[in-house]
Amino acid sequence: MNAVTDNLGLYGTGVLTTLQISLLSGLGALVLGTIMAGFRVSPAPPLQWVGSAWVTVLRNTPLSVVLFTIAFGLPEIGVNGSFFWFGVTGLALYTSAFVCEAIRSGINSVAPGQAEAARSVGMTFGQTLTVVVLPQAVRTVVPPLGNVLIAMIKNSAIVGAVGVGGDLYSVGVQLTGAGGLAVIPVLIGVALGYLVLTIPAGLLLGLAERKVAIAR
Amino acid sequence: MSVLYDIPGPRSRRRILIGSLIAGAVVLAVLVVVVLRLAEQEQFTAEKWGPLLDPTTEEFPLVWQRIGLGLQATLAAAALAVVFSLVVGTLLAVTRLVSAPWYRWLVVGVVELLRGLPVVVTIFFAARALPALGIDLPILAYLVIGLTLYNSVIIAEIVRAGVASLPRGQAEAAAAVGMTRGQSLRLIQLPQAFRVMLPALISQLVVVLKDTALGFIILYPELLRTAQIIVQTTKNPLQMFFVVAIIFIVINYALSRLATYVEKRLSRSTTTPTGAAPAPSAQEGALV
Repeated sequence: MNAVTDNLGLYGTGVLTTLQISLLSGLGALVLGTIMAGFRVSPAPPLQWVGSAWVTVLRNTPLSVVLFTIAFGLPEIGVNGSFFWFGVTGLALYTSAFVCEAIRSGINSVAPGQAEAARSVGMTFGQTLTVVVLPQAVRTVVPPLGNVLIAMIKNSAIVGAVGVGGDLYSVGVQLTGAGGLAVIPVLIGVALGYLVLTIPAGLLLGLAERKVAIAR
Repeated sequence: MSVLYDIPGPRSRRRILIGSLIAGAVVLAVLVVVVLRLAEQEQFTAEKWGPLLDPTTEEFPLVWQRIGLGLQATLAAAALAVVFSLVVGTLLAVTRLVSAPWYRWLVVGVVELLRGLPVVVTIFFAARALPALGIDLPILAYLVIGLTLYNSVIIAEIVRAGVASLPRGQAEAAAAVGMTRGQSLRLIQLPQAFRVMLPALISQLVVVLKDTALGFIILYPELLRTAQIIVQTTKNPLQMFFVVAIIFIVINYALSRLATYVEKRLSRSTTTPTGAAPAPSAQEGALV
């Protein structure tokens, strides 16, 4: 286990870099995904088309292809930036499609009768949305959304593999490559690093689920 | 009909129409700006697209031949990984259901550990750890092993959910006619569970197919890696990766439509078992 204990500092920065990529991409994915979900449930067909094209394209393309297109394609059209930001952008774009679908299915899971009942007792659109529809939608959205974000933490490893460097995955590659350290202990270290991130995220999600879960 | 708004009357229909026109104009404007930008950066030249679209160029047959080989390699890896994942996953699920507690906990531990690891990590370490242990295999095998490690535990969970979704009476009836738990699983529960699971399994196929595009990290010549190599001579990364993305989108889109179709078919042809847990749906499997 020396491979892990001797390189605790490296693992630490790896975890932090992975966390940094995940937080930035997660934020971007939530914002973009919510906008796209709004497009998909809007009454204007052009917006619906944009939303569904967005989801179809990004959900069916491997993340590595998305990242390659951005990292090697954007410089071709004169958009230059660091690999780090290309990686974060790619991960955010890819994840936003899944966020969009989680939110949209949450909204769709609320029965139309709920809003009809709200309107029939004289609630305004705003009241209907905030008091009746959204509280129920959020309850269905939280578990899948949480799973999407946890999967995103794991997907950040692909960002590392495409060439950002410094994240947990890259630390694993670096330690097994240059130092020629034993592979198994290094793997255990990398695994622990990811579990340090995903297990608390899972617990947090469980807490959030219990908070919003009410028997229907 | 949506929960968010009523069926629109004449006035809201007019408003929606105006809104649609404005939104459409904005979308179109964005597209035009993107296309102009691409044209300005000379991304629509014959030089960039020729090798991919113009059969008269000398690169065209070579490029598409290599893409074909890459696609073959991708499909081969995906097919092998799916078959192995299915076998290992089913074994994991079944042994977890019928074995002694200590073994059950071991399986749960392995499942949780592998679920928490990025699939790119399992692939990379399969390719590094096995040679270090003196096991030399072709690169395809490392990719398949890496994919199987990750996907078999996902499939194990799908199988478990599938078995759990059956009415309890099925297992009870099997026990009542004297079957052992193994016989009951093999002859009664699993055949029904696989039927229920089919949509989720097809969706998992999409995930596996997308994950084969990680083969580039161990230099397995799948579609993306092939594209990466071609780009070095044709110098058209944007166009090349665009084509690769289209290939993946077409295959995966067809697969997800198939999953939805099968799901509809199944829910129509069988009466829903009462008092059973919900079956794993196609959507659940289609995660990331």
